[in-house]
Amino acid sequence: MALTTYVEAIRQGIWEEMERDRRVFILGEDVGIYGGAFKVTEGMLEKFGEDRVIDTPISESAIVGAAIGAALLGMRPIAEMQFIDFISCAFDQITNFAAKNRYRWGAGVPMVIRGPSGGGVHGGPYHSQNPEMYFVHTPGLKVVAPATAYDAKGLIKAAIRDEDPVIYLEHKYLYRRIKEELPKEDYVVPIGVAAVRREGRDLAILTYGAMLYQALEAAEVLAKEEGVETEVVDLRSLLPLDKDAILKAAKKTGKVLVVHEDTRTGGIAGEIAAIINEEVFEYLDGPVLRVTAPDTPVPYSPPLEEFFLPNKEKILKAARQLAAY
Amino acid sequence: MAAGRKGRGRPRAVPRPEGPARPAGRLEDEDMPAPDDALLLKMLHSMKLTRALEYRIERKLYRQGKIVGGVYVGRGQEAISVGAAVHIRRGEGEDRDDIVSPSHRDMAVFLMQGVPPERILAQYMGRSTGLTRGRDGNMHMGDLRHRLVAFISHLGDSIPVAAGCALTFVMRGTDQVSFCFFGEGATSRGDWHEGLNFAAVRRLPVVFICNNNQYAYSTHVTRQMRVEHVSDRAAGYGIPGETADGNDLLAVYDRVGRAVRRARRGDGPSLLEFVTFRMTGHSAHDDAGYVPKSEFEEWGRKDPIERLQSALLRRGLVDRPALAGMEARIEADLDEAVAWAERQPYPEPEECLDGVYHEGGPGAGDRPQGESTAWR
Repeated sequence: MALTTYVEAIRQGIWEEMERDRRVFILGEDVGIYGGAFKVTEGMLEKFGEDRVIDTPISESAIVGAAIGAALLGMRPIAEMQFIDFISCAFDQITNFAAKNRYRWGAGVPMVIRGPSGGGVHGGPYHSQNPEMYFVHTPGLKVVAPATAYDAKGLIKAAIRDEDPVIYLEHKYLYRRIKEELPKEDYVVPIGVAAVRREGRDLAILTYGAMLYQALEAAEVLAKEEGVETEVVDLRSLLPLDKDAILKAAKKTGKVLVVHEDTRTGGIAGEIAAIINEEVFEYLDGPVLRVTAPDTPVPYSPPLEEFFLPNKEKILKAARQLAAY
Repeated sequence: MAAGRKGRGRPRAVPRPEGPARPAGRLEDEDMPAPDDALLLKMLHSMKLTRALEYRIERKLYRQGKIVGGVYVGRGQEAISVGAAVHIRRGEGEDRDDIVSPSHRDMAVFLMQGVPPERILAQYMGRSTGLTRGRDGNMHMGDLRHRLVAFISHLGDSIPVAAGCALTFVMRGTDQVSFCFFGEGATSRGDWHEGLNFAAVRRLPVVFICNNNQYAYSTHVTRQMRVEHVSDRAAGYGIPGETADGNDLLAVYDRVGRAVRRARRGDGPSLLEFVTFRMTGHSAHDDAGYVPKSEFEEWGRKDPIERLQSALLRRGLVDRPALAGMEARIEADLDEAVAWAERQPYPEPEECLDGVYHEGGPGAGDRPQGESTAWR
């Protein structure tokens, strides 16, 4: 059976939702005739027509604002940010209009804002960002970050069907590097539910996005070289967080390492550490540690970017330190 | 990144949408009849009701400490809200009714869309029966059952949103129109420009209505923009723009009517500017000491309600006793409305926590489930 790439999985998910629900449409820069900068919307203009695959001016605020207006009237818009870095231009519409609308006057805005995030492709400061925490800090939004092709498809479908605005972060490093066999039938991956990717009793690594694969590689080394069995949890959703899964992993292993590609200060690792401290402190055999990017913009030049990004070696170093407790 | 795409070929070219090449069209080409007598009286009533309700809120309830937050009124600007809102199609069903994004100085729009005065008072007083159940104050409220999209403090944000509503009408193939109100200060925001351009590029059925009351808080319009008229900006987007006297109800009625006809026919958005004056401070706490007294005096003589009233008296459409009767009925209704609002409970403190996310049913102002079945 054919393997489906991560990027193709996103495309399939959107395609199928547009086929099953005529309220779903997509708008963004170069999503129509060009099929999207990363070809996520390839062929959609021909299939669904100009009314449902809308090439917009370079106006992220208008893209998101228009999506809000359409969602208010019962549509299911998907707003593409060509690179997720550009989501900052629409920050106000997202955090003040979309996120607060239901709370203020009960009118939900079911919509998806999606785009390529993350580094590792030498995109430099404006094509590599991980903007998740701006939005995780905004009540009213949901934030998801799939790591597998299966989840990429299942989460985009869940996001489109959700009644609230969802920020869908697709990691561009994974677009064509990750592939797997996908079920033929329709499925969704529920928002707010983490997945255990590897079972282990000695140590838990909580992570998401492209860092999942670095964590899995590190776990493999730990098992082989030092007999440390590492549980690897893929968070998949950052808002809402799967608190149960986090606490379960902490209680099971007593040692938690949080890994993310986002920068350190104000990253989700700090929040996870606080939750674990508050709720299961007595189960801990060591401090909750973090492996993250440093507090800098994402640099361009290969040695700089390599230094910036967390990787297997950095994870191994922290995991060994934690295992020693 | 495109290495895996060999053999898929280039997407075929699609015809370009009709763009700037098509002439923008002129509002003066529209055929716009004058309002009949009944409509004139109705509009006079709406203006008077609005002023009386805002007077109670700003001059009485606020000063009595019964309104804890900000008060932003549209005194002196009533002709714009009323002369425009009377064109909003309502009460004809989901696929017929227009949608409206009012600004914070458009109370008349809420009243004309069917929101009762007592609900507005409850909203101002932070009671649980206000349109936002105490979550927001003043005119920051909406209700899709009344086809009202809630304004937010960030000026200009509602422009792209109003365009998105219009985009929906186009996708559904209806002749509905999106009405969008804002002040001249909002036209300095980037969202305003992005929204106007987006609406223009896609020829969306939006009527953009600017109440140019010459002050954005304390900043005079000459410190806000270099062009003489807000409507001059329409040229930058290839759409019709026009400026008219915002204190002349008939002028507002006429211009908005023309723009609505254009929009309904599929000829795209228009930018209308109505020059008026903010006869108050920015809000109830602001004494507007920065506004020369002479300006208040000058614009006081141009009061839109007085102006319409005199015209109707001259035409014999009303007489003094009839006007007095109208005012007395409004005051009596407002007495009842205030009493009702004061009896309303505050929200329970724990209600703070609910309704951030979808919880199964429609919310207070949520669209009813099952609406627009063709799209489900």
